[in-house]
Amino acid sequence: MKNFTYLRAGSADEARTAAALAGSMILAGGTTLLDLAKCGVAEPETVVDITHLTGLDRIEVDRTRASIGSLARMSAVADHPAMLDAFPAVTQSLALAASAQIRNMATIGGNLLQRTRCPYFRDAAVFPACNKRSPGSGCTALGGVTRNHAVMGTSDACIATYPGDLAVALVAFDAVVHLGSREIPIDDFFLLPGNHPDREHAMERGEIITSVTIPLSAAARRSTYLKVRDRQSYEFAAASAAVGLELDADGRTVRDVRIALGGVATKPWRARAVEAALIGKVLEPELVRQASLLSMQGAADHGANHYKIDLAPRVITRAVLQLGGLA
Amino acid sequence: MTFINPKAKHGDASDGNLGGRLSRLDGPAKITGGATYAVEHQIEGLVHAVTVQSTIAAGIVTSVDAKAAEASPGVLLVLTPDNIMPLKSATTWAGTPGPEGPFLALPRIVSFNGQHIAAVVAETLEQATAAAALIRVTYEEKEHVYGLDDPRAGDGVPIERMTMSRGDAEKALAEAPVRIEQEYRTPREYNVAIEPHGIIAQWEGDSLTLWEPSQWIDGMARSYAEWFDIPFENVRMISPYIGGGFGSKALSLPHGAVAAIAARMLGKPVKLVVTRPQTFTAYGGRPATRQTLALGATREGKLLSIVQHGVNETSMLGVAVEPLGSVTAIMYAVPNFSSRQNVIPLNTVTPGALRAPGENPSAFGIESAIDELAYEVGIDPLQIRLLNYAEEDPEAKIPWSTRRLREAFAAGAEAFGWSKRSPAPRSMREGNQLIGWGVAAGTYPVRRTPGEALVRILADGTAEVASSSIDMGQGTYTILAQTAAEVLGIPVDRVRVKLGDSALPRAPVAGGSQLANLMTGAVHKAAHAARDELIGLALNHPSSPFLDQQTNTLTIADGVISTPRSEKPNISIADFMRVIGQERVEALRDTLPEDKKNTQDRYNNFTTMMAMKPPTEGGYSLHSWCAHFVEVRVDADFGTVRVSRMVSALDSGRLYNPKLAESQWRGGIIMGIGQALLEEGIVDPRYARVINNNLGDYLVATNADIPDLQVISVGIPDHHASVLGGKAVGELPIVGVAPAIANAVFHATGKRIRDLPITLDKLL
Repeated sequence: MKNFTYLRAGSADEARTAAALAGSMILAGGTTLLDLAKCGVAEPETVVDITHLTGLDRIEVDRTRASIGSLARMSAVADHPAMLDAFPAVTQSLALAASAQIRNMATIGGNLLQRTRCPYFRDAAVFPACNKRSPGSGCTALGGVTRNHAVMGTSDACIATYPGDLAVALVAFDAVVHLGSREIPIDDFFLLPGNHPDREHAMERGEIITSVTIPLSAAARRSTYLKVRDRQSYEFAAASAAVGLELDADGRTVRDVRIALGGVATKPWRARAVEAALIGKVLEPELVRQASLLSMQGAADHGANHYKIDLAPRVITRAVLQLGGLA
Repeated sequence: MTFINPKAKHGDASDGNLGGRLSRLDGPAKITGGATYAVEHQIEGLVHAVTVQSTIAAGIVTSVDAKAAEASPGVLLVLTPDNIMPLKSATTWAGTPGPEGPFLALPRIVSFNGQHIAAVVAETLEQATAAAALIRVTYEEKEHVYGLDDPRAGDGVPIERMTMSRGDAEKALAEAPVRIEQEYRTPREYNVAIEPHGIIAQWEGDSLTLWEPSQWIDGMARSYAEWFDIPFENVRMISPYIGGGFGSKALSLPHGAVAAIAARMLGKPVKLVVTRPQTFTAYGGRPATRQTLALGATREGKLLSIVQHGVNETSMLGVAVEPLGSVTAIMYAVPNFSSRQNVIPLNTVTPGALRAPGENPSAFGIESAIDELAYEVGIDPLQIRLLNYAEEDPEAKIPWSTRRLREAFAAGAEAFGWSKRSPAPRSMREGNQLIGWGVAAGTYPVRRTPGEALVRILADGTAEVASSSIDMGQGTYTILAQTAAEVLGIPVDRVRVKLGDSALPRAPVAGGSQLANLMTGAVHKAAHAARDELIGLALNHPSSPFLDQQTNTLTIADGVISTPRSEKPNISIADFMRVIGQERVEALRDTLPEDKKNTQDRYNNFTTMMAMKPPTEGGYSLHSWCAHFVEVRVDADFGTVRVSRMVSALDSGRLYNPKLAESQWRGGIIMGIGQALLEEGIVDPRYARVINNNLGDYLVATNADIPDLQVISVGIPDHHASVLGGKAVGELPIVGVAPAIANAVFHATGKRIRDLPITLDKLL
């Protein structure tokens, strides 16, 4: 770890000013920043501590939306009664992420900004080529061990998987990321790697996340987060699905469905084609199975990660059928 | 110096004796942070070293640019292949001479990715870490071999001593009515102890003091003495607690040499702790293995022949053999058997010992294959094991001392409910969960090396036990206190045990599951001698109240000396010591044979494994045995495997402390579950580098992966195996877990997975 300047921001505005300095990074829960600093990926000149800022950790659920402050802890959101009621997929995505220790430290803002687990990205001293870490240097993962790499949203420059769970649930339910002076729909907040995998989100230098809002919906209330992985706990998803379902009064016809995938794409992946294929239809297993396959249209594997193309639609299918009372 | 002083009362008073369920005496200190581990010792003037590891797998270090590092704040010394002090080659653990030429802790020739090639010493750890990142190494890179599947790997080198043959295995196989042949594979696996490897080294003149976690104080001290060409007595090694070793902390390693060299050059104590990623190449874990097993049998499932050919990877630097025939040779009564093994050198760190080296992958092969045979001939997997039950050691052709495997099968099957099993694969299901039941057996040999212990009765009526043996969580402190308490007739909370210091009486390696047996034997002997001396004084000392009693012996119970019929007089040990004016009564005893007590034999006994007796020496074949019964639930759509229920019945002979033995068994079973489902060192072929070198990506089992584990002891005291009747405990339980799970997965899914770990992608 390199020496850095430590700044303790007195206010959100001070934090923005400091964050605008070249080489500065925000310290919130620290669970990602310290980890990346230890493996030589994050080498901040200045660390801007915002942990003590007041008013940024509120969790409020009213008649139209939930608002979650960026400094709210993962565990606080996961255990929040109104959130548990209105957004089961969100609270489950948090409860199934990381470990209890990390959930007690990590913040919502930091969670969204967590970086990929690509081993070539995380070992800077050994693998100098990484377009995400140093633009234009190449991608070591291509041709390497790719079992955990993305099959959707990849580019010739990067195939790294977005690792988080919460963002998947937020993408499914059209959350909005608030930066103080402006707000960005979450699906636009995360960027595809394209030729610039170093740009992972739409924030500009000097912006900080202040809160995330999620509109209430019937689909969000009847939702689930299904995470599939080899290890029962403390592992990133091989594939996951955040799914919300609203049925017509007949209890069988899909009025609204929200589906997003994790663990398979370079960003939290909304499966709109699957949603479109289900809306207005009577829910039944074969329909759901066929519709779920649409989620992997355009998928590109790199050998060892091919299984994700088979797995992801099955995860969607199970989650939809479970919500529909058919599994 | 470490004292374990049990202040709290642990359970029932009877727990203090051998066989009692006394809780770990070191437990409270560990959970309250009061236990000072080796590298936590506070040493005046300590400076910090960090190593730099190679980023290529094969080649030569042509230059090291250390200018920036040397100019970095706080830096005291940079060590590279250019200035590393050559050390003398040290004797191997086997007692054979070490490799020719000097030992270079930071070599110029790179033979694996992640080899230590430079080191920085600075005033603080942070300074050393920052400076180490500034070191620039230039290599002349050479072609590497990344793993067993590398086309350049070749067939390797035959290891003649692994060759076994009885009957005519090839002929019997060819003539067998039923034949199956398959290949079984296990990946590179790591010990991943939670306490990383580390050391503090300090010189005073030609004397070297080392604080280092160690499974073998005397063996490691010898390596340092030979490296630096100083007398063995000049090396003091202190290792009071070990935060997990699993075989990886028994040998001195290059990073230890680097720390000692730096300490000598700087004249300052140097601390060096390898980082978590570095632990994956600072020492070797279990090598990747591959074995072909051909089984020939009658249509009824009676084995006629086994033909085995195995390979394991080793490094370019040394031959590490993972004996793949060890279980295959003895588990079943098969008249025709042949086994041979090659090792394949490639660009990896030299593999080391990881819980049940040999037996573990050996059992994965044979216990999977016998299961396949059971389905092939259409009989129950438990029945086929009983049908081929070995009544004597089929390889050595001598009787077992004890083999309670039949009892283990019976007890395990009963507790598990095996008789309710539906035989066909994919025939048990709950919703999306395919349910499978599997069984497998395991075994581990009883290894024996003489030990030594000091038992001292003090003036206050307490006692001390002292030994350079170690406690890495398996319970040495506790069972030695129990042994001494029982023999001396004093409450266990009046016994202090000192371990983990080379200044104490000698001990051989805490490995091969031998330590509990050999150390309870030595303590038992020394305690008896001390007790005899105390009673002798009570009978004969002019001031003794027993002097004019017409008795030729006395008893000691609950710390009180009395006549056999408990008539007056009786007197506490403390009062008696005061009456006779004696400070201590002590006995130092070893269990060396009379003809091996000379200085050189003693030295070799404790500092090499030369004196370790094979399990078949003495006319009986000595082994522990176990049977694992597993229920798995496999998601029909996702391929995820969860162990939902497990019963293991184990024969480790007599248990000195059932609570601790059960805990070790469960620990081994948990490691086995991780091995079966999760653990794999993932190597990038292009760089021959392990890329999941951290605990986030190298997956070991979490609590959530482990169901309640029922363990059942079916052992009986085995006095051929050890003085007090115990057999091997620590390494036994992992053996057979992975095949039991693989067999259960087959029963659940109809898919036979022959390469570990059984990850979801293999079942989709």
